[in-house]
Amino acid sequence: MTKPNETLENLLQQDYEHGFITDIESDTLPPGLNADTVRAISAKKNEPEFMLAWRLKAYEYWRHLTEPHWAHLKYGPIDYQAISYYSAPKVTEGPKDLSEVDPKLIETYNKLGIPLKEQEWLAGVAVDAVFDSISVATTFKDKLNEMGIIFCSFSDAVQNHPDLIQQYLGSVVPHTDNFFASLNAAVFSDGSFVYIPPGVRCPMELSTYFRINARSTGQFERTLIIADEGAYVSYLEGCTAPQRDENQLHAAVVELIALDKAQIKYSTVQNWYPGDENGVGGIYNFVTKRGECRGHHSKISWTQVETGSAITWKYPSVILKGDYSVGEFYSVALTNHHQQADTGTKMIHIGQHTKSTVIAKGISAGFAQNTYRGLIKVLAHADGAHNYTRCDSLLMGTHCGAHTFPHIESKNSRARIEHEASTSKISEDQLFYLAQRGIDTENAVSMIVNGFCKEVMKTLPMEFAVEARKLLGLSLEGSIG
Amino acid sequence: MLTIKNLQASIEDKAILKGIHLSIKPGEVHAIMGPNGSGKSTLANVLAGREEYQITAGTMHYQGIDLSTLTADERAHLGLFLSFQYPVEIPGVSNLYLLKSALNAKRKHMGLEEIDAIDFLSIVREKMKLLHMDDSYLYRDVNSGFSGGEKKRNEILQLLLLEPSLCILDETDSGLDIDALRIVAEGINLMRNEKRSILLITHYQRLLDYIKPDVVHILSEGKIVAEGDYTLATQLEAEGYEPFLQKKTGG
Repeated sequence: MTKPNETLENLLQQDYEHGFITDIESDTLPPGLNADTVRAISAKKNEPEFMLAWRLKAYEYWRHLTEPHWAHLKYGPIDYQAISYYSAPKVTEGPKDLSEVDPKLIETYNKLGIPLKEQEWLAGVAVDAVFDSISVATTFKDKLNEMGIIFCSFSDAVQNHPDLIQQYLGSVVPHTDNFFASLNAAVFSDGSFVYIPPGVRCPMELSTYFRINARSTGQFERTLIIADEGAYVSYLEGCTAPQRDENQLHAAVVELIALDKAQIKYSTVQNWYPGDENGVGGIYNFVTKRGECRGHHSKISWTQVETGSAITWKYPSVILKGDYSVGEFYSVALTNHHQQADTGTKMIHIGQHTKSTVIAKGISAGFAQNTYRGLIKVLAHADGAHNYTRCDSLLMGTHCGAHTFPHIESKNSRARIEHEASTSKISEDQLFYLAQRGIDTENAVSMIVNGFCKEVMKTLPMEFAVEARKLLGLSLEGSIG
Repeated sequence: MLTIKNLQASIEDKAILKGIHLSIKPGEVHAIMGPNGSGKSTLANVLAGREEYQITAGTMHYQGIDLSTLTADERAHLGLFLSFQYPVEIPGVSNLYLLKSALNAKRKHMGLEEIDAIDFLSIVREKMKLLHMDDSYLYRDVNSGFSGGEKKRNEILQLLLLEPSLCILDETDSGLDIDALRIVAEGINLMRNEKRSILLITHYQRLLDYIKPDVVHILSEGKIVAEGDYTLATQLEAEGYEPFLQKKTGG
């Protein structure tokens, strides 16, 4: 997790004060999607008229779209009418205690060094302790409130800050953006909202883990982060431990907005259930993440460590609109067994002297397919634009695949665009060398892979990085030898 | 310490070692000399447990244990160390991290706790001083961008740190200039004691000027064709390999 364990332990021991929010512990809509479903979702969330209107627009648009299949991914048809689009979590669902949880999952938790209480939370155990994170969140919230920072669930923001929502929602990822983003706009259940006022530097890493209702927002999540002029925020999403989730399809949307001189750092560790060794089950993760450097000298930085999900379709991007703005994308995508990942980024240079850096590391093992797909686009007026891209692939074994599709479109002849790529294998020489120094194969593989990813891992906040390193090793266990 | 009997090994069905007999007692320094392709490095790799080689006949025992039953990392835990002819680069992994992991792997095997960072630094810096290495070595990626001489020095640093019982040095002298050779040889000599054995693999006599072996073996086409004391190396230097190879053909 992202907070020192002792702090969490202390806070978890506090009395259960506030109770789980009961008004969402209600019914589930029957499977199927039509305009009434969208109305029902909006009504259940007691949304203002503009929200319903926006959702309906998105639904109408989505209705006429077809699912995209240009990615290097293979999966069976998804029946969108078989999904229930509103399902409140019931406390009574899920295992009663850890003895009912898949022992393999527990073993992984133990290897990651996750305390018992957190294990219960992650595995979805229905105990009071798990909801005590509410008091953790409240403690933080008071501190943030003093600084004028808004950090709350999307639903709360709709109720309490409708002006900000109306101003910024869909301004980076419009409801017409793509099939999955439109679907999300129509039916999203909840998510996070962050607003950092001008000149404020958020004093802590904001993490979904400490946000109320984080558990209930899995399938269609929506996040909106706004850094006002001169503000700074570092946001962490996800966690290293594999999370249990019954929903196969995930289609999240994340929008980031950085105004003049603002900076947003967004770090993700994604470790959803990848399916078993034979490729059965696993999450389909179709995510739209985009940030807009709207102001001059603004900066948006994405770091992602993707080890989970059966299917990953994800291209965190930056629109560099402000002059002298900076976009960064650091990615590790690890696929093992039958996992498939098609991931990368888009950097759209609009402003002058805009700069972007893309470092993508793909690791494939087993029968996995790992694709980097990127677009560097420089518009005509973007004088002084500069991009540097590097894509490295590491292959383990002979049945996996690595693919790179870098696209470059430049309308400005003076733009500097650099692209480097490499493909390598973990060599027998390296493994033997490390073995001769007494390091067993699993640790050796973990060491080599972490070395391969070092440039990306060092951009993660410290505590996230430590766990992410362990995670890379664990995800590859048994893939050599 | 080490007893090899009729060792035969091949790679991809090509026989390289064709019946090696060798016995090294604790405290002894042995040198194996021979022309290119005689099987010197193969012997080192087979002893260290490289899996690409198939052992087709013979035995090798280290401290009474049949080596063929152990994996490479297990052999390392028991104190068998190979200084590589071509040390391997591991991008992104700091030398410090490798050294510490290697020492901790050994300590774990011995039932000791992991060494803490401060103790480790003081130990490793003391060893580095002996080899005239500065701190920057610790923070560079393992062997990445190291010159040939730097790589060899780094191997000897690992040797000093891990304090193995059997040190196999595969052409440690190649790639070293005369000053570096002297420093590395001094480091190795520091390791000499009555319990530790050293097997030097080399083309040339010059390393043996610094590290005097007790026994010299001459390897040719996968077999030891001559054995003797230090004077054998001097004779080799003067006359070349030719007389020894002819002797073999004649006998």
